[in-house]
Amino acid sequence: MHQTGDKLIKWLLMALAFTALTSLLLIAIFIFKEGVPFIARVGFKDFLLSSDWQPQAGHFGIYPMIVASLLVTLGAMLVGAPLGIACAVFLNEFVPKHVTRIIKPTIELLAGIPSVVYGFIGVVVVAPLIRSQFGGPGLSMLCASLILGVMVLPTIISISTDVLASVPNAFREGALALGATRWQSVHMVILKAGRSGIVAAVILGMGRAIGETMAVIMVAGNTPQIPHSVLDSVCTLTAKIAIEMGSATGAHRQALFAIGVVLFIMIMMFNSIAMMAIKKRFAGK
Amino acid sequence: MDIAIQISNLDLFYGAFHALKNVNLKIERHKITALIGPSGCGKSTLLRALNRMNDLIQGCRTTGEVLLEGKDIYGPGVNVCELRNKVGMVFQRPNPFPLSIQDNVSFGLRVAGQKNSAILDEIVEKSLQNAWLWEHVKDKLETSALELPLDQQQRLCVARVLAVEPDVILMDEPCSALDPISTAKIEELMLELRRRYTIAIVTHNMQQASRISDYSAYMLLGEMIEFGITTQIFENPKDKRTEDYITGRYG
Repeated sequence: MHQTGDKLIKWLLMALAFTALTSLLLIAIFIFKEGVPFIARVGFKDFLLSSDWQPQAGHFGIYPMIVASLLVTLGAMLVGAPLGIACAVFLNEFVPKHVTRIIKPTIELLAGIPSVVYGFIGVVVVAPLIRSQFGGPGLSMLCASLILGVMVLPTIISISTDVLASVPNAFREGALALGATRWQSVHMVILKAGRSGIVAAVILGMGRAIGETMAVIMVAGNTPQIPHSVLDSVCTLTAKIAIEMGSATGAHRQALFAIGVVLFIMIMMFNSIAMMAIKKRFAGK
Repeated sequence: MDIAIQISNLDLFYGAFHALKNVNLKIERHKITALIGPSGCGKSTLLRALNRMNDLIQGCRTTGEVLLEGKDIYGPGVNVCELRNKVGMVFQRPNPFPLSIQDNVSFGLRVAGQKNSAILDEIVEKSLQNAWLWEHVKDKLETSALELPLDQQQRLCVARVLAVEPDVILMDEPCSALDPISTAKIEELMLELRRRYTIAIVTHNMQQASRISDYSAYMLLGEMIEFGITTQIFENPKDKRTEDYITGRYG
């Protein structure tokens, strides 16, 4: 009796586990089925490397959006990575454990704030500040990078703190016993020991930044152009899809799915690099 | 007796736990002093009090005096980093950093501000030679120290300490992770190092203490029970408790 119950539960759990896997697979198949034939028809070069996006005229060049997505992500990392890593180092190496136990969950709460709220803050606080201080439209690459930089903090901090916590204490003791200061032990030994894990944290943060949509639509300005300065307004891949999907039909709609393919591949690449970095870390021990 | 470290009335608490009770001990220069006693007797704690590694433990409090070169290391205005440069430590498990062999050995010099690579190279070579490791690693100084076999890792940790030319070397059961052949090699190395360094070693291994040490200190429950010349401690202990432990009747 017990045995049959056990088996039943096992099959049930397996079915549930496969549901998650299957939905991922179905989404991937769906996007690729719609997008890949379109890319093949328009041509790889005209799709990825042309700046001409006029769906009514049959021009589907997404080059400015690719550049915008990559630059905004890079900007977000310039803001988020140093902040996040510094915060993780501080929490793990310089603060008593009981304080960390309070601060870390608080930081993780940041991840629970809806992205529309980040966008809202960007629109009413950050963008006007940029406009008045530096000029330009305010809604810009800089604004998007700042907002995204804060949004990726929970990812980077939480993974980096775990990485640092897993660095053996023997390294810390060894460094301090040789006369190193706390900071020397951190940057000469601890960060080197955790390097690939921290790289993984940053790359996962990049995946999060490049996929973010709502906040970016609100603060980036959405002008499909190659930016010449950080104060220029840009339109990212995600923003393009979200803005135009409602009204798109036919080839235009397929073009948006094709953008989805590009994003999908980018994020897959980020995640696999992060996974490889994490694997390498454990193989190194 | 030429004293390197003089410990007077040392008490140490972990929170409410009284880990060292009024310990007095003189560690003679260029000799090996062994701290022996059952697990939890405070011998490692005493060793770690000598380079203030216990400072890292939250709620640890120390009273009394530890004089190094006549200066109290717990006194005001003591630079702990400089102290640890003078009092080096080799740990129970080899703990080379995940850096190259070269960078491991030069670590202590680099944290003290030495940047001249010619000087660093020279001291790295000398230290590795003095730890009997040079012949094994001279062609692979840039490879990761973690790729060395365990006994060579431990000698690398010794080389790392030698590089900063300390006055005193503390060894916390340095052979407990090693096989008998590697242990013999470390012991031999210690006897060689004794000529230029003062060594204090914590060991569980009675034979090891009697083989290599000049002085032995027997500790029990945080108290220093007996201290004396090793042959006297092992052959003619004055305290009944020391005798029980040495002869294996303890516990």
